Amino acid sequence: MRLNAERLSHQELNRAIRESDENDVRIINCCGQRYLGAGLSNKQVEVTGTPGNALGAYLDGASITVYGDAQDAMGDTMNGGTIVVHGMAGDAAGYAMRGGEIYIHKNAGYRCGVHMKAYKDRQPVLVIGGEAGSFLGEYQAGGIIVVLGLGTKEKAPVNNFCGMGMYGGRIFLRGERVPQDLSSHLSVHTASQEELKEIAPALERFGTFFKEDMDSIMEGPFQVIEPNVENPYRQRYAAY
Amino acid sequence: MRVNWDYAPFQVLRDPARCVNCRLCEKECSNQVHRFDDKIKGMVADDTKCVNCHRCVAICPTRALKIALTDHTFRPNSNWTADSICEIYRQAESGGVLLSSMGAPTKLPVYWDKLLVNASQVTNPSIDPLREPMELRTFLGKRPSMIERDPDGEILDNRQPGLMVETPILFAAMSYGAISYNAHAALAKAAQRLGTFYNTGEGGLHEDFYVYGENTIVQVASGRFGVQPEYLNAGKAVEIKVGQGAKPGIGGHLPGSKIVADVAKTRMIPEGMDALSPAPHHDIYSIEDLRQLVDSIKEATQYRKPVIVKVAAVHNIAAIASGIARSGADIIAIDGYRGGTGAAPTRIRDNVGIPIELALAAVDQRLRDEKIRGEVSLIAGGSIRNSADVVKAVALGADAVYVGTAALIALGCHLCRACHSGKCNWGIATQRPELVARLDPEEGAERLYNLITAWNHEIKEMMGGMGINSIEALRGNRAMLRGVGLNQKELDILGIRHAGE
Repeated sequence: MRLNAERLSHQELNRAIRESDENDVRIINCCGQRYLGAGLSNKQVEVTGTPGNALGAYLDGASITVYGDAQDAMGDTMNGGTIVVHGMAGDAAGYAMRGGEIYIHKNAGYRCGVHMKAYKDRQPVLVIGGEAGSFLGEYQAGGIIVVLGLGTKEKAPVNNFCGMGMYGGRIFLRGERVPQDLSSHLSVHTASQEELKEIAPALERFGTFFKEDMDSIMEGPFQVIEPNVENPYRQRYAAY
Repeated sequence: MRVNWDYAPFQVLRDPARCVNCRLCEKECSNQVHRFDDKIKGMVADDTKCVNCHRCVAICPTRALKIALTDHTFRPNSNWTADSICEIYRQAESGGVLLSSMGAPTKLPVYWDKLLVNASQVTNPSIDPLREPMELRTFLGKRPSMIERDPDGEILDNRQPGLMVETPILFAAMSYGAISYNAHAALAKAAQRLGTFYNTGEGGLHEDFYVYGENTIVQVASGRFGVQPEYLNAGKAVEIKVGQGAKPGIGGHLPGSKIVADVAKTRMIPEGMDALSPAPHHDIYSIEDLRQLVDSIKEATQYRKPVIVKVAAVHNIAAIASGIARSGADIIAIDGYRGGTGAAPTRIRDNVGIPIELALAAVDQRLRDEKIRGEVSLIAGGSIRNSADVVKAVALGADAVYVGTAALIALGCHLCRACHSGKCNWGIATQRPELVARLDPEEGAERLYNLITAWNHEIKEMMGGMGINSIEALRGNRAMLRGVGLNQKELDILGIRHAGE
């Protein structure tokens, strides 16, 4: 099904997506409509133009591809499914996501992957092709964030305060450099062969989606950031 | 150094003439206060471990036990109290943030106790609720600002989804994890029987309780635990928790030790891992952002559920509520200074936020002044202790109230304020199976049903006395209240007159 988003509100667009009998829905001329595909479980949605904030919030299995840039809070509290952005994404992509995969070809804004968590077979993956803004993976509790920094060599592909308050999961940064301001609760090491194997399927998909040469990307090296203590908040209380 | 040693605050007093050494107290006490001493062939108690929860007192078959406040004392000092000295010892020893539970026990004024309710005499008749119908049914949500008609003149139903409760009393948010499975089961069953709601708190919804969906409010907090489309659609309303009266401005931290298998499954996080709720929602830095979360929830639930935004009562609560009312939220829940908690930093609990009475009056007035009172309903919480508090809250402008602590007391809580230890002897604030089993969900539900039913009777009685037969007519009816011992500023904020005026 093809939907011209011009002059349609987000309610109208979402209703049309939900009520469509067809599995494939193509939205054209998208112009800032928010919450597209919120909670959607079973369709393939393609968007050209610019979707608004909270694209694919609570996404529950559907796949969304954006030919353009995405804005803030994409994949908020996402539970499953895939979001592919052939461009940039704004702030807080993948906030509290618990499952599914997000692929962003270019840069992403602040606070991506905040409070991302994993549960059993739900292991969320967020791959950012360019650079990420500050507070990447803040409070991260599970899952994997990969930042490739394509086109960046001189510095780590993240801004300040990467992994602040992180207490689970891992952040992979491609390149030699590590952020200079890492918290003492975090440790960094160069990814092992085992770890590279773990992220390989996601990187291959990234390569396929965006037609990037994966061999050179896979060469890495990758720096892995993870919390260095279990439950780091435990010691902070004096109960009585 | 034995500087840290401070005397146990409570003494376990055992009447040797009554004690039969049955050792039941020993079995029942999760704090391991009691033990049988072989040498003296009798029971002894370690007072230092006692939290004064009264479990042993209640269970003792010969009534041989009682708990007393120790008369051991520091040199009396009204500035450096025993508490303030002992807290320093604890922090000097551990370097930790002081942690405590339940609502603030401080001596700040409780305004409910300074408000008096009116009654009819001679000039307008009071109503006998035993003889005449009294309406407690309450609708929560947006009220349409105008009547709309179709071209044929028929009235269109332009109501937004809302909540209908048979009493203006709802059970406050308490998460599975903070309280036990059986406590949740009791609340859910009671809510169903009473025609009201219980609230999942931020810990997700246990699969067994989806059947109570018609009487459930599901909560979305900054940690987003257990939040998925199925969860959002499981209840009758979705509550966004921004703040909590016991700890405004800070997040939550459920220690890994309480994330046992079943709790982990419900929250959808790994077992044994700390559950952290960040202080803010990192996607909400403005009213516009709040609107975005409200709208995204409405999208995900296809506009079938009202959205509640819960905030703590803080200094600028009136302006904040005005913003929330414009964010698309249907209901605002305000949690006052004395609101309960399963664990909060003591300094925050006792020093941050403002009393619900003042906050509620200020918010109701502000929304009226701005002509947006109909855009939202108000639920007030933060220590509603009895039916008179409910009546006063409604008269100050609340559509309904949340009760948390009162409900737990009905389930057996003795307010020992040691919830954070996870060793609740009454099976409420614990995840230990042997302790949880002490709370019978059926009996608990019945006790909750009894409590709220009794309050309903009392509310009707008070309303009847005022000549009011519908709770709707009491809402914001501040002429029904008078203050005693309040200064002019307090009376102005509460929007009431002094007794005698």
